[in-house]
Amino acid sequence: MPKNLKLHYDISGEDYTRAGEASAQLKQVLRQLGLSSSIIRRVSIAMYEGEINMVIHANGGTIDVEIDSACVSLILKDTGPGISEIDLAMKEGYSTASESVRSMGFGAGMGLPNMRKHSDYMKIDSTPGVGTTVYMKIALGEE
Amino acid sequence: MLTVKQLRERGGFTLLNRREPDADREISSVYCCDLLSVVMGKAPAGSAWVTVMGNLNVVAVSALADTACVIVADGADVEDRALDKADEQGVILLRSAAPVFETAKLVDGLL
Repeated sequence: MPKNLKLHYDISGEDYTRAGEASAQLKQVLRQLGLSSSIIRRVSIAMYEGEINMVIHANGGTIDVEIDSACVSLILKDTGPGISEIDLAMKEGYSTASESVRSMGFGAGMGLPNMRKHSDYMKIDSTPGVGTTVYMKIALGEE
Repeated sequence: MLTVKQLRERGGFTLLNRREPDADREISSVYCCDLLSVVMGKAPAGSAWVTVMGNLNVVAVSALADTACVIVADGADVEDRALDKADEQGVILLRSAAPVFETAKLVDGLL
């Protein structure tokens, strides 16, 4: 595996139907690197939930991925409305998604809990009115 | 052991993909849910996912959560662009005329 492979994705906030394309592209890269299917699944789920959140709540953003021999690191950054109560947002079932978003099957209040569940490290920096940055790491040794 | 191909034949499900997919993957279990984030967090890898949702995001969730196939129950409609995306990403979409519970029961009986 190449050392410190870095990837950058710009996430459009305009189109719900395109949400997930960056995650699908990363999944392809991880497959080509020969990572195990369980690691690929964890990274895919963690990133997809972040990507969806950016589209639904923050009008898009950026995702930077770094892959080294120990882990996959994800930094998801947006300039959206921010999260005023992070503890509340982390609770399963809590959601501020609109009805139109819910009608598409999103907004179950599982996004951030799924990201925590499928990553080995997760940190959220958020300032209301300024934006949110989520840091996640998935260790390659963990199955 | 039951592959997706066998499931399709024995369950009498309709294949929605326009291109014949690789359907030799073994099915581990059956899973029912329409809320995509719940599916992402809880659907077992390799499961046959039964839902009434037929939008584009269902294809993305199946691909990323690594389900063996999606069974769209109740004869629900599937968007054209979801069919295109399913072919592109190798996601298998089947359709069942029966409601979710009956569809899942049928799949479970075949496993």
